[in-house]
Amino acid sequence: MELISKIIKFELSNAFRSKWILVYSLFFFLATYLLLSFESDSGKAALSMMNIVLIVIPLVSIIFGTMFVYNSIDFIRMALCQPIDRNSLFIGLFFGNSIPLAVGFFSGTSIACILNGITLALGSNFLLILGVGIALTFIFTSIAFLIAIIFSDKTKGLGFSIIIWLVLAVVYDGIILFIVYFFRDYPVENAVLAISLFNPIDLARILFVLGFDISALMGYTGAIFNKFFGSSLGIILSITMMVIWFIIPILFGLKSFYKKDF
Amino acid sequence: MLLFSYKIFTIILFILCSANSFADKLIVDKRHSLNSIKKAIALAKPHDEIIINKGFYTEENIIINIPLRLTGKDEPVLDGEGKFEIITINSDSVYISGIIFKNAGVSYLKENSAIRLENVRDCAITDCKFFNNFFGIYIAASKKCLIQNNYIQSRGKTETSSGNGIHLWNCSNITIKNNNIIGHRDGIYLEFVKDALIEKNYSKKNLRYGLHFMFSDGCTYSQNKFENNGAGVAVMYTKNVEMINNYFYDNWGPASYGLLLKDISESRIEKNSFIKNTTGIYLEGCSKSIIEHNVFEKNGWAIKLMANSMNNTFLKNDFISNTFDLSTNSRQNFNSFDGNYYSKYTGYDLDKNGIGDVSYRPVKLFSILAEQQKPSLILLNSLFIELLDIAESVFPSLTPETLVDNRPSLRRIN
Amino acid sequence: MIQLKEIEKKFDKSEVLKNLSFDIEPGKITAIVGPNGSGKTTIIKTILGLVKPDNGDILIDDKSILNDYHYRKNIGYMPQSASFPENLTIREVLKMIGDLRNSKIKHDDELLVALNLTAEMNKQVKTLSGGTKQKVSALLSLMFNPSIIILDEPTAGLDPVASSNLKELIIKEKMKGKTIILTSHIMSEIEELADHIIFLIEGKIKFDGSVFDLLTYKSENKLEKVIANMMNEKSAWN
Repeated sequence: MELISKIIKFELSNAFRSKWILVYSLFFFLATYLLLSFESDSGKAALSMMNIVLIVIPLVSIIFGTMFVYNSIDFIRMALCQPIDRNSLFIGLFFGNSIPLAVGFFSGTSIACILNGITLALGSNFLLILGVGIALTFIFTSIAFLIAIIFSDKTKGLGFSIIIWLVLAVVYDGIILFIVYFFRDYPVENAVLAISLFNPIDLARILFVLGFDISALMGYTGAIFNKFFGSSLGIILSITMMVIWFIIPILFGLKSFYKKDF
Repeated sequence: MLLFSYKIFTIILFILCSANSFADKLIVDKRHSLNSIKKAIALAKPHDEIIINKGFYTEENIIINIPLRLTGKDEPVLDGEGKFEIITINSDSVYISGIIFKNAGVSYLKENSAIRLENVRDCAITDCKFFNNFFGIYIAASKKCLIQNNYIQSRGKTETSSGNGIHLWNCSNITIKNNNIIGHRDGIYLEFVKDALIEKNYSKKNLRYGLHFMFSDGCTYSQNKFENNGAGVAVMYTKNVEMINNYFYDNWGPASYGLLLKDISESRIEKNSFIKNTTGIYLEGCSKSIIEHNVFEKNGWAIKLMANSMNNTFLKNDFISNTFDLSTNSRQNFNSFDGNYYSKYTGYDLDKNGIGDVSYRPVKLFSILAEQQKPSLILLNSLFIELLDIAESVFPSLTPETLVDNRPSLRRIN
Repeated sequence: MIQLKEIEKKFDKSEVLKNLSFDIEPGKITAIVGPNGSGKTTIIKTILGLVKPDNGDILIDDKSILNDYHYRKNIGYMPQSASFPENLTIREVLKMIGDLRNSKIKHDDELLVALNLTAEMNKQVKTLSGGTKQKVSALLSLMFNPSIIILDEPTAGLDPVASSNLKELIIKEKMKGKTIILTSHIMSEIEELADHIIFLIEGKIKFDGSVFDLLTYKSENKLEKVIANMMNEKSAWN
């Protein structure tokens, strides 16, 4: 534990010293600030923010996480010659990478909200955005770490990361649309609901859609979704899925990292 | 025409009022010998005024067969005890004002009302309050009546155990003005009504429709506010309706509409605001109507235009921040969109004339997909859908090709 | 005492270490020699735990190290080419490693002077030359006073002065009773430093004995010649 916190501390001081975290934070600050000042309706601004969060956070987290591991190989080699166990090193590196991302996103977005006078009571939508944004940061960093540990080749790993992002952000929804159309004579709502649970981006998107009360647009489908996600089972299941998406890659990453030759 | 008949109506009212000065006044008071309204009516001559003093009156069903004026003083309460119709009016020229009506009985056989007017003319119900009645004011086969400044509220739980606030059947030249109707089945219900004027009413939280309007040609409704009704406002099977300056707000739910139009023709929908409705206007089988200078803001669908609607013109409306501006279920299009403002428009205006140089297609691919397969709405806000929409706007393949606004405005119009 | 027992390692399909067993005796300088790709660095990395063997066991003082990491507290390692986090200064790198090892850095001025690093301490790693980085790396391997010192090509890239200083330091450490493992391509250096030679060809041991033994065994007086001959023998066999 002490080792983990040492590594995290070291990576944090490293990250906050470099400029990318500032750029990332600034991006969210500007995006939120501009949306809130140009959009008279904070609900609409929140919706646009949500779209940014759903696209940018997974993409940046997965690419950045992958690059981070490759760029840290020297550090890893050096650290592994010290009396350090590999699990601590991995966990330390993971949080050393994901915490700055999460902090960058959180600070940029929330400072812009506060400057625009959105208080916590008014901004439950923004709380949802912050929460889901942070969850996506950790999920996609953990996927990135798994990929980078498995592929020793940087180009392959980066390519694979982009493919995973593309699949989860775009292709997956294409498949859902296909299923909806292919099985149009059957009640597909529950099946589609189940399929959506397995994609963290879809899960996040649906949580947003329900949180923003857009579900009325979906008629019967929306009613089913609302009922599911409004129930304690739905809440537990969606949080569980998020946690699983975070834990499973981490566990496999730890396992591969433990076996990997450097 | 309408204005004219309204004028005649006020003149008649005026004459009647002056005639009244020759009439007697009977005062009903719980503490005096004349302590029952029924007794007073039995004593009264035509055109007498019965003044009802403050008090709590349970007299089962009161029937009025002669022209009378019933005036409440300090808001007397007439209670139907959850069983009875309170007042039944079978005579012309009956005026009721200043009375509180409570608990007209729920019945599954009879349409029990706080006040029923049947086959009469020149009646007026003003400044009354209605609480928890099955039906509030029920008018059948009557003419030239005025319903004004009433507050009508019910706590109905289901559509069957709740009646309508103001119910008109087979009437003409009725004016409904400045009433508040809350929590009934339909706020205002019109069937086979001609030349009615519905103005400045506020209809909210009714279980079904804020205004329900069928087979009622030549009516005008303006400056009404319809808020948070179960299914919004429905206008059906009617010609020549004018809907002006109304405010449709927060009719939000899986089966809610700001305004549902079915088989409407030659009508005008002008200067209305549709804000935060699941569907702003739903048009089915509508034709030759003009929809202009309306504001559609933050609706799920601003307009759902079914393919059997033709020759409608959508002119100079503002479409702002709707999830979908327009949805249709066909590739054919027989309606025209011209000079509207769309907040989603991304074109440019090189000649600075305020009109976009690139035409705008208000129908997006996803709205077509969603129309055909409801469950695909689960993909709302998906990046995949955004990409599809972009591709479709470049090469239309499923959206109606001729449904184009060639002169999209760059600025809000209304 | 470091014991390697039947170590096997494959990278993808190529066998790098083939059933390798040998002991490294404490208090001596053991040189691992062999042509390029013979598995020298892999052996070192296996001892360090950077590379996990497919089979076999490694014991240090009779304890298996394969699933352990505490033993590295007693190891100082100087890799073939060192790389450190670029935006740190040397001082910060030393502090970080000290922090990770949980040991206080004893400011060993003697080491700093010997490696001529005193003036460089506040420079960022990215501004350093390859040779300076090597010196930092050497410093790191020695500064925590480990009982085992592993040096992979220690003098490659160093200028003659630094090189000879480092060799002196290595001999000093040996005098203190440290166990030292080194690899080198410079035979004179090995002759000068090593007590014991392990000669590897294609992941197998060709010779395991003292330098003296090797020379008498091949009745030569130049190590370089012996090694060259042995390498040629290998190619003759193929």
